[in-house]
Amino acid sequence: MAETKLAESVYKRPESLTDVQMRYCPGCTHGIAHRLVAEVLDELGLKERTVAIATVGCSVYAYEYFDTDAVQAAHGRGPAVATGIKRCQPDTIVFTYQGDGDLAAIGLAEVMHAATRAENFTVIFVNNAVFGMTQGQMAPTTLMGQKTTTTPQGRSVEQGGYPLNICELLAQIPGVAYLARETMTSPKRIRQAKRSLKKAFQAQAAGLGFSLVELVSSCPTWWHMKPLEALQWIEDVMLEQYPLKVFVDKLAEGQ
Amino acid sequence: MRQEVFMAGMGGQGVLLAGQLLAQTALEAGLELSWFPLYSPEVRGGRATCTLVIADGEVGSPVVGQPGSMILMDGIAVDNHLNRVRPGGLAVVNSSLAGDEVKRDDIDLVAVAATDIAAELGSERATNMVLLGAYVATTELVEEQLIEETLYRILPERHHDYIPTNVAALQRGAQLAAEQLR
Amino acid sequence: MPERQLITGNEAAAEGAIAGGCRYFFGYPITPQNRIPEYMSEHLPPIGGVYIQAESEVAAINMVYGAAATGAWAMTTSSSPGISLMQEGLSYMIGAELPCVLVNMARGGPGLGNIAPAQSDYWLATRGAGHGDGRCLTFAPFSVQEIYDLVGQAFPIAQKYRNPVMILADAVLASMREPCALRDRLDPPEEKPSWAVGGDQKGRQRNIVNSLWTDPPVMEEVNLRIQQRYREAAQNETRWTEHGADDPEILVCAYGISARICQTAIEHAAEAGVACRLIRPISLFPFPTEVIADWAQRVDKVLVVELSMGQFIEDVRLAVAGACPVELFGRTGGMLVTPEEVAERIIEIA
Repeated sequence: MAETKLAESVYKRPESLTDVQMRYCPGCTHGIAHRLVAEVLDELGLKERTVAIATVGCSVYAYEYFDTDAVQAAHGRGPAVATGIKRCQPDTIVFTYQGDGDLAAIGLAEVMHAATRAENFTVIFVNNAVFGMTQGQMAPTTLMGQKTTTTPQGRSVEQGGYPLNICELLAQIPGVAYLARETMTSPKRIRQAKRSLKKAFQAQAAGLGFSLVELVSSCPTWWHMKPLEALQWIEDVMLEQYPLKVFVDKLAEGQ
Repeated sequence: MRQEVFMAGMGGQGVLLAGQLLAQTALEAGLELSWFPLYSPEVRGGRATCTLVIADGEVGSPVVGQPGSMILMDGIAVDNHLNRVRPGGLAVVNSSLAGDEVKRDDIDLVAVAATDIAAELGSERATNMVLLGAYVATTELVEEQLIEETLYRILPERHHDYIPTNVAALQRGAQLAAEQLR
Repeated sequence: MPERQLITGNEAAAEGAIAGGCRYFFGYPITPQNRIPEYMSEHLPPIGGVYIQAESEVAAINMVYGAAATGAWAMTTSSSPGISLMQEGLSYMIGAELPCVLVNMARGGPGLGNIAPAQSDYWLATRGAGHGDGRCLTFAPFSVQEIYDLVGQAFPIAQKYRNPVMILADAVLASMREPCALRDRLDPPEEKPSWAVGGDQKGRQRNIVNSLWTDPPVMEEVNLRIQQRYREAAQNETRWTEHGADDPEILVCAYGISARICQTAIEHAAEAGVACRLIRPISLFPFPTEVIADWAQRVDKVLVVELSMGQFIEDVRLAVAGACPVELFGRTGGMLVTPEEVAERIIEIA
């Protein structure tokens, strides 16, 4: 059944996306991620009661792309803003859309504490191991040895410490209702990613608590790769550091 | 009418409580007032002071350099603050803990062995009430009876067991002050 | 007249907010204002409100940002170091044209400083609000009753001008107890502003709360709209009180706790034969420039009293505009001035 639906939607832009042309680089997986989130909102009938929270980074214009109410948040503060919205309007569906700089560097405290408070909203965490918008600097999720504009010799422990695995950290927190790491390197992976995104929003709609889906993503521009090479690099290298996994699924536990 | 009273002592002597009780009593008497505490950051065992300004009109400054009156609950309080009483003013001093330090001949001094009296009455913690009783009897700022009534109003019911001791302390302080004034 | 209760400035700020219609509080503990979050945590949930203890002041102001975006009447409170941390959020709120109320029970600084009373956040309050061309509308109460009244009034003012409103007080006002007449608690308005996000979006255009305007002419337009609101606030919200002689030699300017001290100081000075008039700005931004300019024409000197070393005096000097000498009597680092010291200084310069 899922395959049939996906086939149908190829011909139609999801209702939850505007017709604004996205400004992402060619080959970037942000576009797929946006589309998956929008399809999930459509399928769950949530579009007209959702507030999207755009953060700072390449996805700063997310409020132009999602056809829902939207709030643009300061760098890293999306989960705090989401907390404010959700606590005032528990029936509104709220999600933040955050990159690895926003969530894992400057916003680590906000996302961790939102999870500890079991805040009932959803985080879309796009991890491409690099600061994209500021032109390719090291992120907390940059791999060991990975060259960036601020680790020209490759990330070393002395200079940049170790990569940060967000899902593994969050998995220990009881307030988390749904937690998964997915990627979008093939149609199969994309379908799996969508299943996880849907579960995350379902967990929120059911009031189960904090949900987060990490999407291991590509940045052909700052990885200095062709789009297909970048997808292959995710499969060959990134997934070793960031293995795909459903860490927490309280929806399944409830069944 | 405008009267300032500054209270000082060590943490645990009930400096702030005595100030608040007098403040609440002044409110019940329909007066204007301002009370503010200053204390060291330690939760226990530091120094505590408070200033209460009571007036029948506008209170004005809650901060007073030279208060018209003081209640000084120990020797350190006397050492630190007695010299700031405005000439012609009043100091009520706990002579159980402050003996020979008390030297001012330009103010009225009422010395009460408050800690000893409180201990005789069953609780050293009533030291503040002995001194407050002496202060109120000397200044006639509010009715003694009103303080007792206010005690019942502001103390949570679970603490009402302590009130008879506190009332006895207030009365004993008042009595001793009256004797000294005669 | 409602019964008066003996409460602290902190309690007055908390209850004043609830009475004014605030139902959403996000905060982080810091001395000397801890009684406010404590009070809110006790009193908001039973009336359907929300109290959340944030992980930091940074998070607290951003929770307020999110709450305000939904049209909720939300607030946070803190003291100086915490207000420093909130500057980013304030800037975003001004840029996104969102209302909120915050209370600063200021303490001695810079750095961790101490927990004693200070007025050294004058610039932070009136010039601050982070980066960019915005400011907080700022009001400075000088009694427990006025804290209660102003905090309540701040919510509709914030909504009207779609801008954060700061109530600037200090450690003395926070912890002092005075009689305060409490009103019935108002309910917040049921109708949400047209710009609010969330809820049922059927049948309306989607709303976007945003401070990102990459096109400079558009960003300038937003800024000019904000400035226009500040001009309107200057027309409608400028407040001050005057005390003392009608034919003074010395004009004394002070706000907040300093003004309370000066009330008594000018009485002492009058007894010594020096006639003074005290002007106390209640609104610090907008500033009561005209009244100070008027009196400056009619006195020999102006004395500015502040618990900082020359912040508030700059606004007074801008108002006096050279009409007469302006002198500073300041203490800093958590030190108070006494009425006796101020009176002595008045007599000295007279």
